[in-house]
Amino acid sequence: MSATSLLIKGGRVVDPASGVERDADVLLSDGKVKAVDKPGAVPAPAGGTTVNARGNLVLPGLIDLHVHLREPGLTHKETVESGTRAAAAGGFTSVACMANTLPVNDSGIVTAFIRERARSLGHCRVFVVGAVTQGLAGEKLAALGSMAAEGAVAFSDDGMPVMNSLVMRRAMEYAKYLGLPVISHAEDSNLSGKGLVNEGLVSARLGLEGNPAASEEIMIAREIALCRLTGARLHIAHLSTRLGVELVKRAKEEGLPVTAEVTPHHLSLTDEDVIPYRTCCKMAPPLRTAEDVAAVRAALASGVIDMIATDHAPHSELEKGVEYDRAPNGIIGVETAVPITYELVLKGELKLSRWVEALTLAPARLLSPASGIDGLGTLKIGAPADLTVLDPSAEWTYSAGSVRSRSRNSPWLGEKLKGRATLTVVGGVIRHRI
Amino acid sequence: MTRIPHLLGLEELSSAQIRGLLSVARRFADSPSLDRAPDLLQGKTVGLVFFEDSTRTKTSFETATTALGGRPMDFSAATSSLKKGETTYDTLITLKNAGADGFVVRHPSSGGPAYLAAKLGFPVVNAGDGHHEHPTQGLLDALTLEEALGSLKGRRVLIVGDIIHSRVARSNAHCLTKLGADVVLCGPPTLLPPEGALPGRVTPRLDEELASADAVMMLRIQFERQSFFPVPSSGEFTRFWGLTAERAALLKPEAFVMHPGPMNRGLEIDSLVADSPRSLIARQVAMGVPTRMACLAAVLAPDRLEQWAKKEGVVP
Repeated sequence: MSATSLLIKGGRVVDPASGVERDADVLLSDGKVKAVDKPGAVPAPAGGTTVNARGNLVLPGLIDLHVHLREPGLTHKETVESGTRAAAAGGFTSVACMANTLPVNDSGIVTAFIRERARSLGHCRVFVVGAVTQGLAGEKLAALGSMAAEGAVAFSDDGMPVMNSLVMRRAMEYAKYLGLPVISHAEDSNLSGKGLVNEGLVSARLGLEGNPAASEEIMIAREIALCRLTGARLHIAHLSTRLGVELVKRAKEEGLPVTAEVTPHHLSLTDEDVIPYRTCCKMAPPLRTAEDVAAVRAALASGVIDMIATDHAPHSELEKGVEYDRAPNGIIGVETAVPITYELVLKGELKLSRWVEALTLAPARLLSPASGIDGLGTLKIGAPADLTVLDPSAEWTYSAGSVRSRSRNSPWLGEKLKGRATLTVVGGVIRHRI
Repeated sequence: MTRIPHLLGLEELSSAQIRGLLSVARRFADSPSLDRAPDLLQGKTVGLVFFEDSTRTKTSFETATTALGGRPMDFSAATSSLKKGETTYDTLITLKNAGADGFVVRHPSSGGPAYLAAKLGFPVVNAGDGHHEHPTQGLLDALTLEEALGSLKGRRVLIVGDIIHSRVARSNAHCLTKLGADVVLCGPPTLLPPEGALPGRVTPRLDEELASADAVMMLRIQFERQSFFPVPSSGEFTRFWGLTAERAALLKPEAFVMHPGPMNRGLEIDSLVADSPRSLIARQVAMGVPTRMACLAAVLAPDRLEQWAKKEGVVP
């Protein structure tokens, strides 16, 4: 598949980086954005393809900063190939994959391996997140410098909190020197203990150990303190609590280099959805209360939460189809992120341009400059030809047969959804088209 | 009585369903001998699947099955293929293929029996799941209490101990509330659910509740299993939440004392209290078999139960 000229005609172009939100034609050529102009002003390229995007949204390619591609080692759940295919089908042109593979991505050689798999088999761009500590054990620093040299764009022990504050401090100091952000899975694991669901009425009713919001908030507060101490860039993964939002807001007001993401599920579901022991609603952090959902929605709208990231976490039916307490944490998300979060735009809770920013420019900024790609997350002239066309009114069913991911652990399986990517272009190459 | 395809918990049963089960159990309990019980489970094999150790509950279900003419098929998790990595689901499928018509499941996971029932589409009676529910215990406690108190409407029942981890407390709170009782959940503040999660008022102050209780149900405290326990010591537990003889003296003279067993004498309940005339503990044990007979018949042989109940003039 090689890049050809592509003219996307008549769609509604939304490009937060340039403040554009109007009907326009977009010309992609030689792997770059060549022109964005009023409808009809851009002539169809000779020998190129023209796509009619009337009634559709034309956006910079969507970026998901938080996925688990499970390769190497856990390929029964997902592979770089299947995960990026699912991502492209969901409208994503870039993903960043977490380090909890087998072996853990805590060395330059594993980083290089994943990058090579992505280069040869990927259906979208893959940015690699390296581990903070060796084996995600929280004790000794992983080979941060070597991973950075092989192209890692950030560090995270995602899935496991770094409980030792000194270890996290050293990681931040080192990451700062490397110019890369540290992504925190904020959870005080002593406090969350065996918690399987948000601590509250639902956990007490179901007889499940609770994981209190405080376990996340304590760790967010610590990470912010360490960010202040070290000056490193800090990114809070899957923020889920009302007080967590307050902590990030204050850190930003203070001018600290802190960003945060929220997942589609924490924007849309509550702990009530866990009833009756649905393992497709089991993840860390757990689904919280309606009050927390309202808080993260408002924070996304105001920009306190910078971006949407899916925490796409595939697990096989064998692993998830067991008793609730025996099932692993995590759900898949790249194929449903668009309809689930676009609903907030339809409800008027989120401005269209803010929604687009949260899926494009905001994650691109966090990846910069490590991504090495000027204009990533924008439709500026000369930016990479990464583009997503969405039909916001398309109604479709997320059926088991249509899932591109190798796993099917989604709470939305079988549900009718509204809004869908109809075209995904990565570097000028069509990677998904309906 | 509306059909009960599985007995997974008392939260999801209506008060009419609970009353129906209790009426049948009462009739079995009043019968002079188990030998005269109807053969409602004739030709049926009941898989007794205990993924967690239990002697009294299993024996009670075994006796109940036999009393109704059924055949218990014992499955002992400790010596089984589970230890070789088999899933609980495959275990049940194996027993089904070996001829089981339904299952009694004790499971360490909250929601475990519900998971198996949904996946199997096969009658399941929950014999206790994690910290969630123990419905047959809840029913037998209600049967015992009704025998002692008459109607439970407006009666106050105090449940004391590790409420948050207790499946007995959950099943009792749901059951007794549906029967009109006023439930109070009491224990150390670290072992209480938040107010509103379960039916019943929640309080850590036992002494303030004793005078108004019609019955006190003490729960077992599992000090031996905890490496970190949310109460400073067993002595401190006894001091503030144990049903000592002094504390029992604060109860109304006609108030009853219960315990689902096994008891830790001297810890949550004093021997003098456990063995006093106000104790219903022996009666609770006696209600186990008739209650489980009613539950097994309702889930595994609903048609036969209905015919028998009609013939015998039992309410459902």
